[in-house]
Amino acid sequence: MNKIIYADNAATTRMSASVLEAMKPYLTLEYGNPSSIYSLGRQARSAVENARRQTARVLGAQPEEIFFTSGGSEADNWAIKGTAHRLAAQGKRHIITTNFEHHAVLHTTEALKKEGFDITYLPVDREGMVSASQVAKAIRPDTALVSVMFANNEIGTIQPIAQIGTVCRQKGVLFHTDAVQAVGHVEIDVNAMNIDLLSLSAHKFHGPKGVGALYVRKGPQPAILIEGGAQERGRRAGTENVAGIVGLGRAITDACADIPARNRAISAMRDRLIRGLTALPRVHLNGSMEHRLPGNCNLSFEGIEGESLLLMLDAAGICASSGSACTSGSLDPSHVLLAIGLPHEIAHGSLRLTLGDYNTMEEVDQILRTVPPIVERLRAMSPVWEHLTKG
Amino acid sequence: MYSEKVMDHFTNPRNVGELADANAVGEVGNAKCGDIMKMYFKIEGDVITDVRFKTFGCGAAIATSSMATEMIKGRTIQQALQLTNKAVMEALDGLPPVKVHCSVLAEQAVKATLSDYYRRQGIDPVPIVGELHDPDHGEEGGSCGL
Repeated sequence: MNKIIYADNAATTRMSASVLEAMKPYLTLEYGNPSSIYSLGRQARSAVENARRQTARVLGAQPEEIFFTSGGSEADNWAIKGTAHRLAAQGKRHIITTNFEHHAVLHTTEALKKEGFDITYLPVDREGMVSASQVAKAIRPDTALVSVMFANNEIGTIQPIAQIGTVCRQKGVLFHTDAVQAVGHVEIDVNAMNIDLLSLSAHKFHGPKGVGALYVRKGPQPAILIEGGAQERGRRAGTENVAGIVGLGRAITDACADIPARNRAISAMRDRLIRGLTALPRVHLNGSMEHRLPGNCNLSFEGIEGESLLLMLDAAGICASSGSACTSGSLDPSHVLLAIGLPHEIAHGSLRLTLGDYNTMEEVDQILRTVPPIVERLRAMSPVWEHLTKG
Repeated sequence: MYSEKVMDHFTNPRNVGELADANAVGEVGNAKCGDIMKMYFKIEGDVITDVRFKTFGCGAAIATSSMATEMIKGRTIQQALQLTNKAVMEALDGLPPVKVHCSVLAEQAVKATLSDYYRRQGIDPVPIVGELHDPDHGEEGGSCGL
């Protein structure tokens, strides 16, 4: 088989060489526990605190506002459950979010609903956008938290986070954003954007898996999610994943070093991909062209089903993903594609290609050569395509 | 997640296409649920002499269509009526649990096509073929709930 073309960078990314080099000492000789007082422990502590400063710097935050976690899902759970549980004591039992969040948010709010919290799910428009005025209208005196994702993992839409932050600040409501897909692609300033809590995950920007962070603005803190020792200033227990945290610090520094230049390179490939594939008949781009992550291409191919397309792409060495039911482990297509109003049968035929730093224009051209004959082959055997084309 | 046989029948499906001189055509499934199977039979005497299918669906839907058509090609109507989803699954060395409904759909597609054959001759197919059920609407193997 030819070399693999990895076009699923929204799922995870390849760890960079500089991240691996930064981590190596902490996987071998520098194995101390950061809580230990001898030099081996102090060196590990110093590495963790350095990563904390690196992470804070790119977000415009203070180091003491960064808490390392096991990843994005834990950060989302902690931000939402922790805030809800703290503010419930003050009678605030209402949470506002959107209907196209990642499941790390949606399943968390569903769990809170079972505890008696009231959840408002704002609908997104056909392009996959939510507006600050929708948020403003939904805020009530008992609203504890607004949680809106910075950028969507499936269709790549970037939300008006600064405007939503302004609304939340004016109304005195805490604002959380799941920025797992945005970090490294969008300039983020937690103060300018009035963000109170922000979740991120290292493996989405060439860092290691199993490590993330929650930014928490100074002030009242969310209730503790992971009880135990006094790590992370007593807020999040568990011996630090030192190598992972060091990797996160290196990766976030690299990813945010020159966002405009990286975005230009990646979005040029994305635009070529979108232009090439939407030139095929009955292929539609999902999401907004204007407010879109630089690497995201999400298309619906009428008349075919996504899993078949993925299997054939895999056989041709191309790694992609789909919102079809058959790839979600359930029988329903992606909630994100349904949220933007796609009919089920169109949502089943979706393909997500997400490009990143390691992709090349040659790979994009290879994808553009590979996809059309596969689509044609699947359509030729599809009774749905027959109905569509023969009326 | 799929057996080698499933992948073989998915990547090289047998009997794909339409049959110009078919005397029985059946379609089951629902695009909303992500799978539709359409089968074409040419029946001479009581033997299914030729078979084609078209399927919109996942890898398992295409593979079960391919295998089911292979299993009834050249067989009698009576033999085809005895084809079960279980036999199709076994012939494919199994399916993941969430894909069992694809094999049910394949069995139903065969029955729907045979029903069409009887209907074209003015014969009520129900006493012979039985009631058809659509696995996408709450039968075994799960439902997409539409």
